[in-house]
Amino acid sequence: MIKLSNVRKEYVLADDVISTVLHDIDLTIKHGEFSAIIGPSGSGKSTLMHLIGLLDKPSSGKIIIQDRDVSRLSDNQTSTLRNEFVGFVFQQFNLINKLTVLENILLPTIYARRAFSYDPRKKAMYLLERFGIANKASVYPNRISGGQQQRVAIARALIMEPSLILADEPTGNLDTKTGDEIMKLLKELNEKEKITIVIVTHEPDIARRTKRQIKIVDGHIVTSLKSKK
Amino acid sequence: MNYFTFLFKSALFNFSRNKGRTFLTSLGILIGVMSVVLLTAAGLGLRKYIQQQFESIGTDTIRILPGTVIRNGQFRGGGGSLGSIRFDERDVLAIRRVTGVANVAPVFTKSANIVYGGKKQFGDVYASTDDIFVGINVKAQYGRLFEKSDVQKRAKVAVLGSNIAKNLFGDASNAVGNTVKAESQVFKVIGVAESKGGGFGGPSLDDYVYVPYRGAQVFNPDRKFSAIIVKVKKGFTVPFVKDEVSKALQRRYKEDDFSVFEPTEVLNALESIFATLNVALVAIAAISLVVGGIGIMNIMYVTVTEKIKEIGIRRALGARKSDILYQFLIESVILSLFGGILGLVLSELIILGVQQFFPAYIDLGSVIIALGISTLIGVVFGVFPAKTAADLVPIDAIRNE
Ligand SMILES: Nc1ncnc2c1ncn2[C@@H]1O[C@H](COP(=O)(O)OP(=O)(O)OP(=O)(O)O)[C@@H](O)[C@H]1O
Ligand SMILES: [Mg+2]
Repeated sequence: MIKLSNVRKEYVLADDVISTVLHDIDLTIKHGEFSAIIGPSGSGKSTLMHLIGLLDKPSSGKIIIQDRDVSRLSDNQTSTLRNEFVGFVFQQFNLINKLTVLENILLPTIYARRAFSYDPRKKAMYLLERFGIANKASVYPNRISGGQQQRVAIARALIMEPSLILADEPTGNLDTKTGDEIMKLLKELNEKEKITIVIVTHEPDIARRTKRQIKIVDGHIVTSLKSKK
Repeated sequence: MNYFTFLFKSALFNFSRNKGRTFLTSLGILIGVMSVVLLTAAGLGLRKYIQQQFESIGTDTIRILPGTVIRNGQFRGGGGSLGSIRFDERDVLAIRRVTGVANVAPVFTKSANIVYGGKKQFGDVYASTDDIFVGINVKAQYGRLFEKSDVQKRAKVAVLGSNIAKNLFGDASNAVGNTVKAESQVFKVIGVAESKGGGFGGPSLDDYVYVPYRGAQVFNPDRKFSAIIVKVKKGFTVPFVKDEVSKALQRRYKEDDFSVFEPTEVLNALESIFATLNVALVAIAAISLVVGGIGIMNIMYVTVTEKIKEIGIRRALGARKSDILYQFLIESVILSLFGGILGLVLSELIILGVQQFFPAYIDLGSVIIALGISTLIGVVFGVFPAKTAADLVPIDAIRNE
């Protein structure tokens, strides 16, 4: 489903000072996988995830998503892929505070350029119900707890029925128990709905609950092992 | 919720959170729109007022005034000024003999308080002959108008304008037979003129009092006149008679001593003055609108900076550049339209206030222009900040704190 070959990300910090954040990454993520990108702070985990999620472009190398070379896509096509193919979940939830919980969940649908085979509103309500926060639909995000906000963010990531969910430290701002529940939820989505999930984390406990760990150190993938689960 | 409701909600939320800033930003547009709208309303009102006045008098009349009032379609100073001539009975007779003249009414006007019992009403006293009623097209509603014999008998009678009669006697029909005082001279009211409307608190024909000039000594002791109103005979054109009258008067006076003109000339002269004024005021309005637009642009740049993270989030969720562009364009247009609508509302309030004195009004055209200009300003000055927002690199935007 996703294939990175020789992907390199560099930042030009000053004339002649180039910082290479990712070195020649080769990585394949198959449909239905549940993987964790792990590694120390500053190792390039988020950068890698942003590349996969089409928020960023590699300095060199090739990214193929569903057999399409993303470097050849126009900005509008990239936007459409982000809209339909990927669902993002962020560490800081990144909800929009002036929109209600329900509106936040529906936000991706207003940018959709295709017709829906389902009623987005009903789907949003269904997700809220499933995540146990149906009573918060018309509440503004700053009035609910972090765990609830992250559920809203996951519902928002799911509203377009994406094939891939990218979660950057989804439990990073939550306590262990709430983080646990979020992980359970992601696992369920992966198992029941066959959604491909990639999470970024630096907590080994969290990483262990996925089926595959991709370890990055200083911009190199050092191990990419499958758990025996 | 559809696409636009979402964007509207974003914009409105922003305004409600920054009420003061929103108001101050739209102030420039408000002032600009107000000046445009008020100006147009005043122009419309002036035209309406003048047209009503002339329609009630009739367009087949010629007015003669001392001094150079109008030359070549433009107003000139010096009308009725000190040292200029005053017409007398000899001039009236001379004009009567001119070809194409149907009727000549000499007038001496003076403003005075008209008193009845304890009541007082300010009005213009017209000391004239019975010809005045033909000249300015006035008919009696109650009682009668004064006649040639009244003038010859030096009768101290008066015909009241309907407004004056109403204000002094409660009901205009009560006026006839009573006496009124003006400048301590007593007049018997013999009639009330039909209402001509117009005036709007300004000098309306309904605020006039007509008296025979020979009886009204206080007003016209030396039997001189400040104006002569000439009615053109059917079958003669107004310009022709105007020329003839001019020639007749030039036998006695110099060309610059008097002015002969038709109502449409006054109308045109007034309009040309107004057109000049318009240019100046429209320039001021335009400057104010541009300043307002720059204010909007400035605040929109601030807004974009404040919302960089949000832009990043929206792009991550699939918003295209154009979606972001529209979002900020809508915001700047709403901001500008807000100022425009506020300007319209304030203008309407001001106009309601002055309507008692002046028939200014806002027509559909001004509303469309006001809203159109506001929208245009919002678009023109909003497009640069909106473009900046749209062109942000998604990853840089979302990493922004
Ligand atoms: N715009 C940028 N310009 C220069 N350097 C950058 C830029 N963005 C990221 N970096 C650098 O790239 C490196 C990788 O950053 P990244 O956010 O991917 O790390 P991470 O593994 O997610 O770390 P953390 O666990 O702390 O989130 C860091 O050293 C960071 O300073
Ligand atoms: Mg990170």
